[in-house]
Amino acid sequence: MHELSVCNALLEQVESIARDHHAVRVDRIVLQVGPLSGVEIPLLRHAYPLAATGTVAENAELIVEALPVKVRCSQCGAESEVEANRLLCGRCGDFRTNLLSGDEMLLASLELIESAAGD
Amino acid sequence: MCDTCGCNITPGNEHLVSNDGKLARTPDGKKAVTVLRSLLSENDRQAIHNRGHFDKHRVMAVNLMSSPGAGKTSLLEATITALGSELRIGVVEGDLETENDAQRIRAKGVPAVQISTGSACHLDAHMVHDALHKLDLASLDILFIENVGNLVCPASFDLGQHRNATLLSVTEGDDKPAKYPVIFRAADLVLLTKMDLLPFLDDFDPGRAEEQLRGLASKAPLHAVSARREDGMEPWFDWLRAETEALQRRVAAGETLRPAVQPDGARLHGLEREPDDRATGHLMAPNP
Repeated sequence: MHELSVCNALLEQVESIARDHHAVRVDRIVLQVGPLSGVEIPLLRHAYPLAATGTVAENAELIVEALPVKVRCSQCGAESEVEANRLLCGRCGDFRTNLLSGDEMLLASLELIESAAGD
Repeated sequence: MCDTCGCNITPGNEHLVSNDGKLARTPDGKKAVTVLRSLLSENDRQAIHNRGHFDKHRVMAVNLMSSPGAGKTSLLEATITALGSELRIGVVEGDLETENDAQRIRAKGVPAVQISTGSACHLDAHMVHDALHKLDLASLDILFIENVGNLVCPASFDLGQHRNATLLSVTEGDDKPAKYPVIFRAADLVLLTKMDLLPFLDDFDPGRAEEQLRGLASKAPLHAVSARREDGMEPWFDWLRAETEALQRRVAAGETLRPAVQPDGARLHGLEREPDDRATGHLMAPNP
């Protein structure tokens, strides 16, 4: 599936950021993924080691934070946490809602080791 | 990207950027860098570039998505037959292998470029950009990008299209929107295809399909069509005409059209300040 493509894109960004910060190693990568991003977290975890081999992030710890799906109702104003395939207002049931969170596919943060001395 | 306006800070991640963010510093002196950028930001950047090409030539780009065999190519054939003398149409075809679909489109007298993705399960913005070099955009009004038949992966990749149209054939099952919420939620228009087969299928209820679509908070119009019988196609044609005119107006006003729902990265409007937003991440106050 496309999780390997996503991992490859992730690693390109991580390597570029690591270069810009003169990091010798990436220690930790934090991602945020919502169910509506279309990315499956277990598949992402499986794909990561394949994509990371031979990169500066080869031994990095990959942390994936799963974000909830939240909507705000445009009719009654309520905010509710809902299922990914049922984005209706939790209070009044209207379908005219706006997504507040749940479609994220973000590289949130990195921890970098800056010199070989830090090893 | 949007390190300034905070549009990519959601209730789920705001703790990371608050003053006492848990990753603001590490006890052992490692550099903590907050990025908050889409995993696919390189793709998103290319998609914005593609959209710029389309806008410059005033070509309305429609990304067609569905499972394999839902009738995307048949829909295009019938659309070209009906609208070919009125609108100048071009097609980019995505498949894992073969030129079959592009040949079907060319047989209708319309330029078509085939992208063979090999084993890739979706088109991405770079593949589409390569295909654009083989098309004369100046001679088109509408470009259809027929994505790889797949209800999962294509939804995550912005191609630079202005609109998403998703097909659901009546041979598939009316609960597909609930099973594949990401792709149906992204649709600006949904077509129920192969309606001529509905009398033979006792378990597909178009009303239930629409109910499931509305369950995704989708306001997208839904139309039932039979491309083979050329039945029920007028609302689809009218939508194409209206969107093509809308794009002309928007571009004339210095704006563009975007799908109502977009993959995360493209929605973050910081990306529009390309290309100098190639941010290297914002340092979160490491100890000097």
